[in-house]
Amino acid sequence: MRNLRREAASADNRTKTMSRVFAAAAPAAICLAAIAGAARGTDVFEAGTRGAAEGLKTAVRIFPALVMLLTAVSMLRASGALDALAAAAAPAFRALGIPPETCALMIVRPVSGSAALAVGADIIARAGADSLLGRTAAVMLGSTETTFYVITVYCGAAGVKKLRYAVPAALAADFAAFFTAALSVRLLYG
Amino acid sequence: MVWIWTIMVISACVFGTLSGNMEAVSAAALEGAQSAATLMISMTGALCLWSGVIKIMEKAGLLRGLVRMLRRPLALLFPEASSGRAMEPIAANISANLMGLGNAATPAGIKAAKLLMKTSPDGIATDELCLFVVMNTASLQLLPTTAAAVRAAAGAAAPFDIVPAVWITSAASLFCGICAARLLRRITGRKR
Repeated sequence: MRNLRREAASADNRTKTMSRVFAAAAPAAICLAAIAGAARGTDVFEAGTRGAAEGLKTAVRIFPALVMLLTAVSMLRASGALDALAAAAAPAFRALGIPPETCALMIVRPVSGSAALAVGADIIARAGADSLLGRTAAVMLGSTETTFYVITVYCGAAGVKKLRYAVPAALAADFAAFFTAALSVRLLYG
Repeated sequence: MVWIWTIMVISACVFGTLSGNMEAVSAAALEGAQSAATLMISMTGALCLWSGVIKIMEKAGLLRGLVRMLRRPLALLFPEASSGRAMEPIAANISANLMGLGNAATPAGIKAAKLLMKTSPDGIATDELCLFVVMNTASLQLLPTTAAAVRAAAGAAAPFDIVPAVWITSAASLFCGICAARLLRRITGRKR
């Protein structure tokens, strides 16, 4: 019992140390940008505002899709379909150490970026941003891409007619990401 | 992609009717739309801030430095392209992806993909094109700004403290993608 408590305390400490180190990541990145920009003699503030304007454009662009998709996710959640999906996926997911609640996220992630954002944001808001499930969903979101969109854009532009093994290899990378996301969150913050 | 939303909405209605949760579903529809607005408002600040910071880094020449740094290691992964013109856009694409500059990554990536297909006029994907596409489908972004913005909107204590897990995960995913591409290349037989 005491051992368990000590283990829990050390895990808690580890999380705290990590939080403290990476809480400094944001100001450090901002400072680095400011210093590097000033050293080069660029108009730092002008560049920053121009970048922020681009960010605003991105936000405006994804907002309509987010409204539609969060509506759909919220309906799915209320209908009980998401819980049923998680329950159905539970045995296989538990064996792999992946939280079954992330099943829907794993399904939509390679296909649609905004659907993944909606499903991920729903999980994070419900489970809590600092919970293991919330962190796992955030890491899954942050370390994968919209695989089929990327393949369509590049192969379409380059005139590729036969994709050969590009799709299975890319999906293998996605699956590795989902598995490692769950594993690394469990090890680092569990 | 077109079907995702339709499938979600229809299955919510079917499932809601079957389980008798239809009242909850109709309340949830409006709640969902509302939560999208709340989420967007709390996320937009962070999204703007980070694209501003990344823009400063780009203007300060960090992107160019990254391209120079990555050219050599990337040449090892793309031995056939390393002698041609494709190496420059490949390095530019990977560097822009690392910095989270999606707008700069796509044009460079398209240019690289076209050059990688030069040796295959019949439209059969070359091995190096497959590898390049697989590397692009694995997220390389160093600062997971969108995920951090979602976490911040949900009240995370330190939104960026997932960074180590994201790096480990991205690296594992990239490694598996490259290995899978190599393995499948051997299984399906060398082509050009």
